[in-house]
Amino acid sequence: MTISFDLAENSVLAQEHYNRIAREQMRPIARDADTHEHELPESWVEWYWLHGRDNVGDVNAPSDGFIQVCIQAEELCWGDAGLYLRTPTAALGGSAVAAAGTQEQRERFLTPFRGSGHPIWGAMAITEAEAGSDAAAIQTTAERDGDDYVINGQKIFCTAGEGASQVEGGFVVVWATVDKSAGRGGIKSFVVPAGTPGMELVGLEKKLGIRASDTATLRFENCRVPAANLLGSAEVKKRDSKTGDKGFKGAMATFDASRPIVAAMAVGVGRASLDFLLEELDRQGVSVRFDAPPSELTAIERDVIEMIGELQAARLLTWRAASMMNKGKPNNLEASMAKAKAGLAVTRITQKAVEILGPPAYSKKLMVEKWMRDAKINDIFEGTQQINQLIVARRILDYSSSMLR
Amino acid sequence: MIEFDPTEEQELVVETVRQFVENEVRPAARECDEACEVPRGLLDQAHELGLVANALPESVGGGGERNAVTQCLIAEELAWGDLAIALSIMSPSLTALPVADFGTEEQQQRVLPRFAGPNFTPGSIALVEPRFDSDPFRPKSTAKREGDEYVIDGAKCLVPWLDGDEQVLVFASEEGRAQGFLVDRNSEGLTAEAEQNLGVQALGSVELTLSGVRVSASDKLGGDAGVNMPALVARGRVGLAAMGVGVARAAYDLAREYAKEREAFGAKIASKQAIAFMLADMAIEIDAARLLTWEAAWGLDAGRDALRESTLAYQQVQRVALQVADGAVQVMGGHGYIRDYLPEMHLRNARGFAMFEALTLV
Repeated sequence: MTISFDLAENSVLAQEHYNRIAREQMRPIARDADTHEHELPESWVEWYWLHGRDNVGDVNAPSDGFIQVCIQAEELCWGDAGLYLRTPTAALGGSAVAAAGTQEQRERFLTPFRGSGHPIWGAMAITEAEAGSDAAAIQTTAERDGDDYVINGQKIFCTAGEGASQVEGGFVVVWATVDKSAGRGGIKSFVVPAGTPGMELVGLEKKLGIRASDTATLRFENCRVPAANLLGSAEVKKRDSKTGDKGFKGAMATFDASRPIVAAMAVGVGRASLDFLLEELDRQGVSVRFDAPPSELTAIERDVIEMIGELQAARLLTWRAASMMNKGKPNNLEASMAKAKAGLAVTRITQKAVEILGPPAYSKKLMVEKWMRDAKINDIFEGTQQINQLIVARRILDYSSSMLR
Repeated sequence: MIEFDPTEEQELVVETVRQFVENEVRPAARECDEACEVPRGLLDQAHELGLVANALPESVGGGGERNAVTQCLIAEELAWGDLAIALSIMSPSLTALPVADFGTEEQQQRVLPRFAGPNFTPGSIALVEPRFDSDPFRPKSTAKREGDEYVIDGAKCLVPWLDGDEQVLVFASEEGRAQGFLVDRNSEGLTAEAEQNLGVQALGSVELTLSGVRVSASDKLGGDAGVNMPALVARGRVGLAAMGVGVARAAYDLAREYAKEREAFGAKIASKQAIAFMLADMAIEIDAARLLTWEAAWGLDAGRDALRESTLAYQQVQRVALQVADGAVQVMGGHGYIRDYLPEMHLRNARGFAMFEALTLV
């Protein structure tokens, strides 16, 4: 081991590969997909399903592992974050199945995503009207009935929820409580295949940004799934017992894997904005000097140097969290650090870019205003800024969730 | 491949330095600041660790293990102990590393052996100027060639001035380009006046006035080739960034421990989000700044000037060190403000990173 910032050859190939996809397949339709909210961006979905799933580079060559996944997310979100979220993949639902599912469940639910049929989606449904950051407060129930569970409740803010609930072959991982008296110990997750009777698409949100992404409200009314679709243990541990909420913690552990990806997504959007800003400044004959004394730097140079530093800081924190996953090291703290830093940094970077570029950047003729709208979600979903601060704070203080609420 | 873990050897070095810092540096920090002096014995002791000598070429008796990442790891630990003591311990780098990097063969043989020897020899650099627009690339101090000599005029500040060496490396513009000159401290026309600064009081720095100071042409660093200023400035920014991370970490550690002890309204203040979130932000920013610093150091080790990366890291660290030190004072309230505790010193020291250009080198 030695500290190194040299990307593995495969990572460089991945960077080039996904950047080309971003430039050629995503950028040309990005504005249109943003304008036509709630319409399926068919050209992207079809293209990706046919050509986007191939392995990049030599699978046996040295690799940066999970960092390469972050690079893919960064490049594709540099292309368009909304389209990235509309990509036909198992997405977060897939992460949940991969993290908590049995071998049989992984094969049953994830194999179709490598298949040759029509494009399909996976999704995760956690949030409810009265349970956002406080996931333990969810009210959706799953009641055991013979060999089945029967799910009742309503989920909101389900990313890719339209595709995952409606297109056969896909699935939604639904969080529900099997025992409200057990608190978080009673919360379990269930794979609900698309088209299961009782799962209904109620509506799609109209959003500030990432408009190409289908953010769904799903209603579950006596929705029946086999007990074999429960992810993880069926056992309910009591609230007070020391190991009380292992199931819940297991479910939350999915976030340790997904937060670096969301952080990488944020970095991609931020870079889109920053790249454009630098190109535009260059066109206007404004240079950014790294060898000028502070007294001579213009306000724009100061801002831009700060933005470049913040973006790189976010990227390195992200890669560190991903690198720990490669080694099987617990990365709960580092994943939240990356997510908190990236979410905020990129929110600020994209807002600043609109400010610096002035009136033209406020216009929809350019993409800068869109990147600002797209960026903001990264400081909200997969744990808000504040939730990630809370996680970081508990870790560094060695406090439990009851000691720091 | 991307990798965030140091080598085992580096971990060993860090562990050794950390023990030294815990046993010797931290207990002395407050007293040194109040006395505006670092005891010579402490510097002699530190010298035995060979922290600078190891990085000097084998041809002059050094260890031949120049590695910017390693120097960053060392610098962070030392500065976590105390910034002024860290700068003093690493001061040999100020004369020795530029000579090792840019000096002629004759200059290397003349200057370097004493820094690789058994006794602590402090180095000294005069780069910063006492003006709001101080610029390492375009000093207002001038050097003019006259026959076989250079004549140097100008003013410098934040010049470390520990007893034990007769030279100082002065930077001045020669025909518009910054160049370094090895100047005898007792040269005619050179006056040194002790400084009293906001922070790093124990460094014992001086303000220099040079009026018609003459040096031999052979004392121009690097001879006709001169100095690669971007590389030198980058090596300074990386080293200072690492020390800034150390200062921030020291302030953060104290604030976190205090917040876990201090009670208000019947609970530890760390259990209040207003405090806990400040601490979380500090932890995130410190780690981010450290990674940027490592990346810049790695760039230097890969043979690049890395001016861009080092500037990014240094800029971030300037902000982070100040913000964290200020936050630590805030978390500790009145206790952060009194000199019984260290955060007030961290705050004074942290402000200096905006002007410390090349006060340490890796």
